[in-house]
Amino acid sequence: MKMTSLDRVLLLATGLLAAWQVTIGIDGLGAVPITAYTIAFGVLLVAGLLMIILGFDVLESPIVVIVSTIIPLSLALGLVWQHLEGWRAPYLGFVLFGLAAVIVTRTFPIPGKLPTIVIAIVHGVAGITIFLLPTILSAQGITRPGFALIGLGGALIGLGGLLLSFLKAGKPIVPRETIFKILPALLLLMTTAFVAGFFFK
Amino acid sequence: MNTLTAKFRTYWPLIKATQTGLLLSTGIAGYMSAHTAPDMLVLLGMAASLFLSISGSTVLNMWWDRDIDMKMRRTQKRPTSSGAVSPEETLWLGLVLSLLGVGWAIAIDALYGLVVFAGLFFDVVVYSMWLKRRTCWGILWGGISGAMPILAGRVLAVGQIEIIGLLLAAAVLFWIPTHTLTFSIKFFDDYKAAGVPTFPSTYGLDVTRAVIALSSIIAAASIGTAGVMIGVQAGILRLMVVLSSGLLLLSFATVFRPSERVNFSLFKYASLYMLASMILLSI
Repeated sequence: MKMTSLDRVLLLATGLLAAWQVTIGIDGLGAVPITAYTIAFGVLLVAGLLMIILGFDVLESPIVVIVSTIIPLSLALGLVWQHLEGWRAPYLGFVLFGLAAVIVTRTFPIPGKLPTIVIAIVHGVAGITIFLLPTILSAQGITRPGFALIGLGGALIGLGGLLLSFLKAGKPIVPRETIFKILPALLLLMTTAFVAGFFFK
Repeated sequence: MNTLTAKFRTYWPLIKATQTGLLLSTGIAGYMSAHTAPDMLVLLGMAASLFLSISGSTVLNMWWDRDIDMKMRRTQKRPTSSGAVSPEETLWLGLVLSLLGVGWAIAIDALYGLVVFAGLFFDVVVYSMWLKRRTCWGILWGGISGAMPILAGRVLAVGQIEIIGLLLAAAVLFWIPTHTLTFSIKFFDDYKAAGVPTFPSTYGLDVTRAVIALSSIIAAASIGTAGVMIGVQAGILRLMVVLSSGLLLLSFATVFRPSERVNFSLFKYASLYMLASMILLSI
């Protein structure tokens, strides 16, 4: 499907927002959250640029599943490291093990449903973390209400990840054209929610 | 007035506006990288003299290479190949632009003018006239001349040739193969038809891809080191690391997963990378 000029503008805006977040939005945090958020928004930025250059064809690459896993995992790790001190080590273990599992199951031919189960668990846990943690923290008044926007971003990234994963698995939930039609706007909305959430924390 | 506009429209493709603009942006970034309060008059003079010099050398190259351009499908429509501009007119235009540019540069600052002249000399005489048709290593000199605008900008700002200026020049020098070698892979047949030796035709595609990956690593390392030495903010450094990672990823992909699509994306990304890096170094 051909990418329109509007798609490119939306992706460029996504990239600029991600670049802003990497440069300014995460200043003053600890080393691990800064690294985690830099990876998340950095991957988003580079992926956006590649989509602008190559069009939607880039989504045919097998690396898309791995890349779309890195973003939620890094974001979730950053949030847990910042706000759930007691869970830091186990969550870091989950992130490293989960990413390795996704890479292995996507690189080597593994029969059966294991690759899908691995993706579902890793995406599910990371997505729930990104959605629930900011929502609960802002509901409890520990952070400002605006922080809940990250939860909204989490929900959107979950939706995007789900659509892409099922598309890559050959069982798209909605037609491929519809996914490509909404993807640039979804990515921009998601990034805006994340950036705004961090800004209003 | 109409004649002037028509002339301008005919001449405009001779200066390769995108390439000239990119090189001009490196010169401005070199000047701004000193992070001193910029003298707007000097900055404007630098931009104008660089624009004229780069445009002049591009026009002279096009004049010299018109026979090659006629043989290559990609360049057959250039004004010098199609006959829209005569060789004599092209030569005069190139000389006038070059003399104006270098003269203005020397009037601004002697050392700055010398670096600008070196860029023009390496590009037109050493690269185009002497080496381009003899050896594929000619692109090294094309790269050195491409690195001169950023060095010139830095020299004008700090008054001397120092390590940061050389690192910035190295970054551009090693970025250029990423750009030109991917180009020579994409238009392999064109260059072969014109009899111009290139890395792919001399050493093969595998070696060329390895050179692209290696030069990308050196370019990214040079620009990163220069950024640290300039003292850019941590956030900007993070963004430079992110953008460099994208460049390295694509470079490795050209080696381990070579395809037309990867080659094209590296070619495009490398230009974006350089432009973004120049903006970041200027902030």
